Amino acid sequence: MLLSVQDLTKRFRLRRSLGEFVTRRPGDSALAVDHVSFDLAKGEILGLAGGSGSGKTTLARMLIRLVEPDEGVITVDGRSVRDARGHELREIRRRMQMVFQDPYASLNPRMTVGTAILEAGRVHHQPGSEDGDAFVSKFLDLVRLPSSMAVRHPSELSGGQRQRVAVARALAIGPEVLIADEAVSALDVSIQTQLLNLFLDLRDELGLAILFVAHQLSVIAEVADRVAIMHLGVIVEIGTTAEVFHNPQDEYTKSLLASHPQPVPLDASREIRIVE
Amino acid sequence: MSLLTIENLRIAFPARGGFTEVVRGVNLEVQQGETVGLVGESGSGKSLSCRSIIRLMPSHAQMTANVQFDGCDVMAMSRKALRDHRAHNVGMIFQDPFSCFNPTKRIGEQVAETLRVNAGMDKSSAHARAIELLASVEIDRPEQRYRAFPHELSGGMRQRVMIAIAISAGPRLLIADEPTTALDVTTQAQILKLIEQRRRDLNMAVLLVSHDFGVIAQACQRVAVMYGGYVVESGPVTEICARPQHPYTRALLESIPSLESAGHHVRRAGIPGQPPSAGETGPGCPFAGRCAFARPECAGVDMSLEVVGDAHATACPFVRTISATSEAGGA
Repeated sequence: MLLSVQDLTKRFRLRRSLGEFVTRRPGDSALAVDHVSFDLAKGEILGLAGGSGSGKTTLARMLIRLVEPDEGVITVDGRSVRDARGHELREIRRRMQMVFQDPYASLNPRMTVGTAILEAGRVHHQPGSEDGDAFVSKFLDLVRLPSSMAVRHPSELSGGQRQRVAVARALAIGPEVLIADEAVSALDVSIQTQLLNLFLDLRDELGLAILFVAHQLSVIAEVADRVAIMHLGVIVEIGTTAEVFHNPQDEYTKSLLASHPQPVPLDASREIRIVE
Repeated sequence: MSLLTIENLRIAFPARGGFTEVVRGVNLEVQQGETVGLVGESGSGKSLSCRSIIRLMPSHAQMTANVQFDGCDVMAMSRKALRDHRAHNVGMIFQDPFSCFNPTKRIGEQVAETLRVNAGMDKSSAHARAIELLASVEIDRPEQRYRAFPHELSGGMRQRVMIAIAISAGPRLLIADEPTTALDVTTQAQILKLIEQRRRDLNMAVLLVSHDFGVIAQACQRVAVMYGGYVVESGPVTEICARPQHPYTRALLESIPSLESAGHHVRRAGIPGQPPSAGETGPGCPFAGRCAFARPECAGVDMSLEVVGDAHATACPFVRTISATSEAGGA
């Protein structure tokens, strides 16, 4: 298994009250992620869905140790992520790259697109990164952007183009796992489709494994092979996309699916369905 | 007579010595008590169009239109009349309820303040009425919640309070600009249901702006689809979802991911290219550059709506030949 997660747990400490501080009692803590386990195979897309505050972003961030886990085991190809230090941690972060929701915030506004891609490749000594132009063109081509984009700054690009650049920069490091945290959520529908197709292409062409975090269930329904539903820090249901969406077992999954808006052709259901 | 009629709405911003038109001749009608949707991608001009109803424009914007609200000419209103119009006729809620509140004041006081200013209530009756209003938007324990600060409420709760303020004067029209975009799906469904209940009880009309066709389809009776500053298609929601005519509407509906296709690995065609940014488009149809059915004549299309069915109109004059070819292609 490429990526394997067992009993991963994260508590965030809440502010201690004065009384707790004086008496040196530990303050309360909130369980953001509660004993979560899953596997991700090479070339697989795992969708991670859940409401806001369900812990899906914390989980994604723990995988590359942007947030330090409290308990649990994460392994990449059998090697422990939590015990990695120095060079080894860098190597693990090379193998797992993240794409964030807001491409306006995740790209350096003063760096051209080409420089951003090249810098990422050089830092990780990627083969081919000696030849700057060819390296940049290769990755721009991979995300279906013309090589002429290399000299542009992020401010000159649309939201969809910026997100492609963010993907290209992640790929320049040569990852095996891509963690897409709400990577298409801020985009318009027509642009969203283009990005989803890009993720599917990358999976097919490079054999990437993708952890696809999103709150939009219908997006996950169309790209993911398997899906995990998170609620209050726990994976309440995990299975193949068809199983989970067509035959949900958990009550929370059912309520999520029921409140999902769909453009209904013909006046089948006028009433808005709500499950509290 | 319709409650609201907007005719030939044009909004332009100064750019490079001249003006760039971002809303380019929009017509819209809302009847008493109905829910109308305005759907489109970012930059299509939907938010600006709905703000024209209360003349809420950036100071450098140039707006020309004929806007009639219940027989009154909104464009001719004096400052005083406009203030009354905004206070009593139209309520508005926005996407981000947090930035609409004063973070240093308790939410109940902010509801009561509206009542005191707009309805001239005294302190104690405004307090009592504010609690009633909070209860009417299904906030439990309204007496306690009255004393909460905005940051103490969840996004859904804040949106409920926004609705309470917007409907406090019993408006004839509620403008909801992306009211659920920042919310979870379950909360979204609750807020849409709440808006629908308030609409029925108060017999007000709702203009719902959204980029999400799913939201529009569930909440509205009629919809206008906007693209590049034009309304490209309008009609009953069920009709448009079932038989979209304009190539943009078709492509948009085909792009929307669906739960039904779970596990089938569909790959949607999507729409190539990207929406035009303001000032990029010349005369003719702004969608022509991305349209699968584009032809040379598209550059000369005047984008006026032509009736194609029962209350269903589209700005594309070639829809008949397009449906003929796409049916022949599909068969």
